Amino acid sequence: MCLAIPGYVEEIFEQDGLQMARVDFLGVKRVTCIEYTPDAKVGNYVLVHVGFALNIINEDEAKETYKMLELIGELDSV
Amino acid sequence: MKYVDEYRDLELAGKLAKEIERLCTQRWTIMEVCGGQTHTILQFGIEDLLPANVNLVHGPGCPVCVTPVSLIDRAIAIASLPKVIFCSFGDMLRVPGSTVDLLEAKARGADVRIVYSPLDAVKLAKQNPQMDVVFFAVGFETTAPANAMSLHQAKKLNLTNYFVLSSQVLVPPVCASVLSSADNQVQAFIGPGHVCTITGLNEYKNLAQTYKVPIVVAGFEPIDILESILLCITQLESGRHEVINQYKRVVEAQGNLTAQKLLQEVFEVCDREWRGLGWIENSGLKLGSNYKDFDADLHFEKTSLVEISESAECISGQILRGTKKPTDCSAFGTRCTPDKPLGATMVSSEGTCANYFKFKRFELDSTTS
Ligand code: SF4
Repeated sequence: MCLAIPGYVEEIFEQDGLQMARVDFLGVKRVTCIEYTPDAKVGNYVLVHVGFALNIINEDEAKETYKMLELIGELDSV
Repeated sequence: MKYVDEYRDLELAGKLAKEIERLCTQRWTIMEVCGGQTHTILQFGIEDLLPANVNLVHGPGCPVCVTPVSLIDRAIAIASLPKVIFCSFGDMLRVPGSTVDLLEAKARGADVRIVYSPLDAVKLAKQNPQMDVVFFAVGFETTAPANAMSLHQAKKLNLTNYFVLSSQVLVPPVCASVLSSADNQVQAFIGPGHVCTITGLNEYKNLAQTYKVPIVVAGFEPIDILESILLCITQLESGRHEVINQYKRVVEAQGNLTAQKLLQEVFEVCDREWRGLGWIENSGLKLGSNYKDFDADLHFEKTSLVEISESAECISGQILRGTKKPTDCSAFGTRCTPDKPLGATMVSSEGTCANYFKFKRFELDSTTS
């Protein structure tokens, strides 16, 4: 129910007075409301739940987390 | 898929599991709150990677499961009225009321439609001014902003034929209720990442302090879950109880302020009944005073409802509190299946019993035969 998936913002436009975006999920495109992510820009990844972007995915944090994770266990093996 | 595949890396999963094993010196019970996380844990067999003294129990975080039968009956009664288009997310359709489900009501002629977004329901209301369009708003804090926007939009468009039947529930009060129950076994939480994307971390900090439990707000992929278990174990082993944000790529400490603002404008906190758990104070959202005209519960006459009780065999209440597992239930997989669910945790694909049925049944069959 709380399923939310990352998608790529391709285009931003207005519909019925709401800020909307066309978001690509591996080729499947969906119109998504971006009223809650007013800073979203074309080229961002957003996390989408029931047709709404909940937040912009933070690429730097994602990289940072991953870098840290890759170090796990390395220290023991030295 | 970007931000998904790399969090399913097997080699990294193995490393994390080894690290958990190295650090864990005693038995700890950790509850993942969200049904989506339960799904990941069972789908990827995460429990099999963990040392035996890490006990994962599966929490109440499936809004479909915890919607009381009386409210499903109310939904079906409203859907069956003439001149009503009843809209719902797909996962509510097969949830049985006391006699039928929404799908059956549809087969009998009710105009029941599955929508992808609450805004689709608003669109239907705009296109069908002669009909009453009712949206069944089921969900946690993750979904509430979408529901709120639909109401805000309906008001802006001056629609008088759009109504919301609210079954919205809140996570922190149910966590508190789990922790304060007399037989509580939960020592740490894997927190609901998408809920916290909206709400931020503050309420979880209160919970962690009040009940002295570590909470790791987590994502939904196997690596997210394993890293969160590691962060729980690290805290448990050193006697700490902090809120750690594992899901930094999505969750910000303050949450989504724009969404919080609209939630406050549209909804009011209220007591709610949880299927399997009973009434929990301040654990839900209803339409606030500015939106009374859109409240389906007020607009449609109440019909007398049959009081129904859960099957005596069903232990879903204990499962939702983490004191029992589906395999402890004598009806599991025989008298109770996803096609004929007896209780809360079997009704939705994110329910713990349904997940055990889908991913563990064969394994269990082979160990018992
Ligand atoms: S298997 Fe069915 S009857 Fe048993 S606890 Fe789960 S939902 Fe209840």
